[in-house]
Amino acid sequence: MNFLLRRLVHGGIVLLAMSLLVFAAVYAIGSPVDLLVDPNADATDRERVIRGLGLDRPLPLQYLLFLKGALSGNLGNSFIYGTPAIPLILSRLPATLELALSALAIAVLVGLPLGLYAGTKRNSASRLIEGFALLGFSLPTFWIGLMLILVFAVDLQWLPPGGRGPTYEVFGIELSCLSREGWRHLLLPATTLALFNIALLIRVTRSGVADALGRDYVRFARSRGLGPAHILGVHVLRNLMIPIITLLGLEFGSTVAFAVVTESVFGWPGMGKLLIDAVGTLDRPLIVAYLLLTTTLFVAVNLLIDVSYGLLDPRLRRESGDA
Amino acid sequence: MKFRHTLLVLLLGATGGLLSARAADLSIGLAADVSSLDPHYLNVASNVAVASHLFDTLVQIDADGKLTPGLAESWKAVSPTIWEFRLRKGVRFHDGSELTAEDVAFSLDRPATILNSPGPFTPFTKLIVEKRVVDAHTLRLTTAQPYGPLPLDMASIFVVSKKAAAGATTEDFNSGKALIGCGPYKFVRFRRGESIELTRNETYWGPKPAWEKVDLRIISADAPRLAALLAGQVDAIENMPPGDILRLKGDTRFRIEQRVSWRTLFLQLDQARERSPYVTDTAGRPLDKNPLRDPRVRLALSKSIDRKALVNSTLEGLGIPAASVVAPGILGHGETLKAEVYDPEGAKKLLREAGYPEGFGLTLHGPNNRYINDDQVLQTVAQFFSRIGVKTKVEAMPLAVYFGRLRNASFSIGLLGWGSLAGDFALRNLAGTADPASGWGTWNWGGYNNPQVDALLHSSLASVDEKKRRQLAEDAIALALKDQALIPLHHQIATWAMKRKLRYLPRVDEYTFAHQFGNAASGAR
Repeated sequence: MNFLLRRLVHGGIVLLAMSLLVFAAVYAIGSPVDLLVDPNADATDRERVIRGLGLDRPLPLQYLLFLKGALSGNLGNSFIYGTPAIPLILSRLPATLELALSALAIAVLVGLPLGLYAGTKRNSASRLIEGFALLGFSLPTFWIGLMLILVFAVDLQWLPPGGRGPTYEVFGIELSCLSREGWRHLLLPATTLALFNIALLIRVTRSGVADALGRDYVRFARSRGLGPAHILGVHVLRNLMIPIITLLGLEFGSTVAFAVVTESVFGWPGMGKLLIDAVGTLDRPLIVAYLLLTTTLFVAVNLLIDVSYGLLDPRLRRESGDA
Repeated sequence: MKFRHTLLVLLLGATGGLLSARAADLSIGLAADVSSLDPHYLNVASNVAVASHLFDTLVQIDADGKLTPGLAESWKAVSPTIWEFRLRKGVRFHDGSELTAEDVAFSLDRPATILNSPGPFTPFTKLIVEKRVVDAHTLRLTTAQPYGPLPLDMASIFVVSKKAAAGATTEDFNSGKALIGCGPYKFVRFRRGESIELTRNETYWGPKPAWEKVDLRIISADAPRLAALLAGQVDAIENMPPGDILRLKGDTRFRIEQRVSWRTLFLQLDQARERSPYVTDTAGRPLDKNPLRDPRVRLALSKSIDRKALVNSTLEGLGIPAASVVAPGILGHGETLKAEVYDPEGAKKLLREAGYPEGFGLTLHGPNNRYINDDQVLQTVAQFFSRIGVKTKVEAMPLAVYFGRLRNASFSIGLLGWGSLAGDFALRNLAGTADPASGWGTWNWGGYNNPQVDALLHSSLASVDEKKRRQLAEDAIALALKDQALIPLHHQIATWAMKRKLRYLPRVDEYTFAHQFGNAASGAR
């Protein structure tokens, strides 16, 4: 309990530092008024706009007012959209999470078996898998995305080049992964986003398996007469799960963050695209709210990982219980 | 190749229903996100383009930038300060109610009631001091002083239904609840960041649009927008990426439509201050004198630029040399003005006369994500300057950073593009003596100041007689350019790409309207 509380305080400090930094940084870049007010506007027009947006107050006061609002759950209105920032981002969150989770699912479904195979067998197929992993690490996401569009959408016309398919509401959340058409739209961006994680999973699994196969517990299991499939599927995999879940947890955060690039390439209407547009127009409330939300996500995911360690490894559970 | 085609035929057989939309439908790939459907919230091109499908204005702008009757059948100045607009009779809103002068008066009042917009529409309405509804179809607008461009201002204010929009918030517009206009299309659905679906207004007063259903898809990145066209996901795209235009011109499945747009690019110079922040001597030490104050130096810089080479090579043909601050055909352009001729020897001579035989050092600033090939344009101009001895460095930055610094006069010379439908308007902001109270010279950071130009502009803007106004505006522009108030570079060419079977009448203001697409066969637009 103590541990949980400490982590929460920690997270709060991170959020505060983050908001202060972003607030000051956007202020330093410039004013959205210069960018957006009509060139014919005179001084009274400009002043009216600046007052209307609350930009006439000194920066520290602006920040304090922002904090006051934030404590009551209101991070302000987006300048450009004219509507509250948090609902705006949350309305885009399902699209991004759908993309990121699909990408992780693809990564696990493809990367884990390939890694297991490459770790147990030494042949030309396993070398091919390792070569593929190397490519997955080194090719930039936007390039892969464009190539996939070129081949599968423009040349072969199998899949749509971008956008999100039709959505259906489930418990108030718009999801596109429930229809065939939705999956057709999801497949290319999710694969693009998954590629790096596939490569990572192949590497980690392969070396993990290779390492585990030489361990005592595998030798004992073998001497007990257990089959190789049983050893691999139950004993080795269970031990591998700790590093892999750590990895997936960390990668989930960066997959959401890296979705920015994939979303722009595929015109996927997620939060990342919203952020890019907001930066281009200096929409400060939206930028701050977005970064605070993603930071919260990172903090929460890390917390969840720590908790899941305890569930997977009884030894860790006992130790944290003592503390 | 052959294999690919066979495969394609097989696939088309299988997925034909999905790939080819119904003949009466049109989907267009738009290049910028639409932030709000409230037509009075934010004055940015992407929002205005979508609003133009749903709402009409009193005065409309045709493809060449000329004013044509919209919801107003006619308008005239009954006195120098009073304009009278006669409304078209029998125009109905999407909900069936009839348009009256009350709706127009309400729409003119509404921009001032929206307080949290960073780009409000009030610059178009604030000169009106009185709105008098004479009868249901006549409206008289009084301005504080004689004001010729009022009809042009009225082309920027969308007319909403008073009944639907009274008390409505921006959110009511986004949900479609208050989205009642009398435009050629009706609202169906808004998928934020993705698309806006529209359906034809069957009782539209104007020419019937060719398309029953329209899907405006937002695809802001260049390559994916082009891919969407190539893959058949959309029928047409705006803002065709320059690098691929040639390739598409040679492809029989597609059509390219182009025209010179209103966007004029020019250099602004720091010409008033004693010292300028980015001017140095040839060794890079700050100069205690500002050479840009001397008109001969400014002319020398202008003469050093080979505008033909600039548009042909750097812009890949997507521009024409500019002689004025507004594009050809637009009020004030002045047909007699000629683009400055490339004359490096003459330029060097002028520099010698001005006392800079060795030249000087300069940094040229500009954006790198705003205009066609803008960072290359900067590099090219810098090389032309360097050839006559003005050693020029380039510093390009994102627009979000650039505009604020430019307007604070942080630079010595900067690249700017301006799209305007009236030369006197443009010049008032760019070269009028800066006066924050009146809105003159809002972008004249270089400090150009010529009372004669100001006087001409005042008379031009005050003329309600268009012929007189045109002449005065042309005179003002010619005079300001004689002083090299700014150095015109080129007018951009805007490009649309579409399937072969479509036509588009390209617009000078670069807007993309579904109702101006037609079938190539019928020739209808």
